[in-house]
Amino acid sequence: MLQTEDLTIGYAQKKGDKIVLSKINIAIESGKLISVLGKNGIGKSTLLRTLSNVQKPISGDVYFEEKSLHSYSENALSKKLSLVLTERLPESQLTVFELIALGRQPYTNWIDSLSAGDIEKINAAMRQTEITHLKNALFYELSDGQLQRVLIARALAQDTAVIILDEPTAHLDMHQTINIFVLLQKLVKETNKTIIISSHEINLALKLSDQIILMTENKVQFGTTAALISQSAFDTIFPDTLLQFDKTIEQFVIKNS
Amino acid sequence: MLKPASKKPFLLLFLLLMFLCLLNISLGSVPIPFQEILNILTGGIDTKESWQTIILNFRLPKAITAILVGSGLSVAGLLMQTFFRNPLAGPFVLGISSGASFGVALFILGSSLFSGFLITNSISNWSLPMASSFGAFLVLSAVVIAANKVKNTMSILIIGLMFGSLTAALISILSYFSEASQIQQFLFWSFGSLGNLSWNELFIFIAVYSIAILASIGVIKPLNSLLLGENYAKSAGINIKKSRNIILLITSVLTGVITAFAGPIAFIGLAVPHIARIIFSTANHKTLIPAVLLLGAIVMLICDTISQLPASEFTLPINAITSLFGAPVVIWLLIRKKQLFV
Repeated sequence: MLQTEDLTIGYAQKKGDKIVLSKINIAIESGKLISVLGKNGIGKSTLLRTLSNVQKPISGDVYFEEKSLHSYSENALSKKLSLVLTERLPESQLTVFELIALGRQPYTNWIDSLSAGDIEKINAAMRQTEITHLKNALFYELSDGQLQRVLIARALAQDTAVIILDEPTAHLDMHQTINIFVLLQKLVKETNKTIIISSHEINLALKLSDQIILMTENKVQFGTTAALISQSAFDTIFPDTLLQFDKTIEQFVIKNS
Repeated sequence: MLKPASKKPFLLLFLLLMFLCLLNISLGSVPIPFQEILNILTGGIDTKESWQTIILNFRLPKAITAILVGSGLSVAGLLMQTFFRNPLAGPFVLGISSGASFGVALFILGSSLFSGFLITNSISNWSLPMASSFGAFLVLSAVVIAANKVKNTMSILIIGLMFGSLTAALISILSYFSEASQIQQFLFWSFGSLGNLSWNELFIFIAVYSIAILASIGVIKPLNSLLLGENYAKSAGINIKKSRNIILLITSVLTGVITAFAGPIAFIGLAVPHIARIIFSTANHKTLIPAVLLLGAIVMLICDTISQLPASEFTLPINAITSLFGAPVVIWLLIRKKQLFV
């Protein structure tokens, strides 16, 4: 459903474009949990921003349901694709319910009234992410883990086929991180949505994702964990020799020196 | 967004506004019995003609001006604070008030420098608002052009501040070359004044004000969306560029027309949205817009009533009163709440 064709990602600049990665060809199907992995600064966020039309490709194109992303209007695209970003939210007195309700904006009328159907979607999103008890809490009083769930609920309420999350586990402890991954895995199974997530939690991502987008210096590889292991794809992501990929347990381990 | 705020505070605020309006009209240098005031306001004729003139041609237009100025500046302030996600934004920061001041300065102070173009030095009721609107529009256009070039809202905020500094500097230079009497004239304008508006001027004021306020109801949805920042707003299908231009335009028109007719009025636009957020404890603009409209009018009427110095013949400059009122409110808010929201 989401496809790239000879995609080159990067930043358009006056003195020549800054190319991050080129010749990206991936085809993402529905109902999959997909992790974008790679070392710091390799371009994970750039790829996600390009896939979600926040940023324009340098060349090539991204297709959603066979149509180029930029052929969608802002409103049409907002019904297909929702986001969870890493950026800090401005401080306001929004409650959890109100914040999630903002996910219904693509469907609300000019004055932003919620229909009974909208409210049902919001309640369902809160149930799925297990935050119904936080309904009336102010969002800035939440813990990082709770806030992440609220933002995921907002994306669910937006009712899109694809949800893209940029490092949702960045500020979370191990327990919360696993919780978020398990939640996302559950959501993919229950709703048949496609969830694309970038993360530094490589070992966890390898265990729980259906497919991996692996970004290295000169290419992007795409496939199931098993397929990528058989291609020895993980051996070269990190430059130093302290970290090693152990094929038998399918995890990265610290090398004994 | 849901959570329709309860109607009760609105009703109370509306009653308070009515009461303050009557109080404002009944106070002044000429004592008029309250009974007579009600009589005149309801169209009675069986009273002294001088009283009728005072009420209908001076006090009533002044009270209406206070309501328009207070509510208009407060809406402009609310829009700026949400748009810039900055609790310290207000109509002044975009440099639009300064632009209006610059227009007036050019008119009053520059008349000696450009005596070839402006023959008369006397200030008619019309030329001042026009000069002020022109100045506001000039800075607005510059800010909108700059805003379309930069993507970051913080940069727009800084560009606005820079335009404010630029115009302030130009005003200083103009003052330096002007005569004392002209500087005095400009100074009096900058004190702000809610009086002096004829009904004709008031009708134009009301017309422009109404268009801007109606337009602000139209941007409630993008405003709510912007509470999560521009990227989320965009991903929820909001056309950011269009919304941004409409919001900037509403603010500029409101600030421009208000400064034109009443002079630069400080602090109302900054303080009132915070008072509204505390009273209604919400960020939803569906509640906040009517709330700041009512509260802005109330605060301005209180300030104007104080400035008349009840039972005396003196009137204090309104701008001094709003600052005397506004500055402590903002300090108190910061100390009590520890945190300001957008």
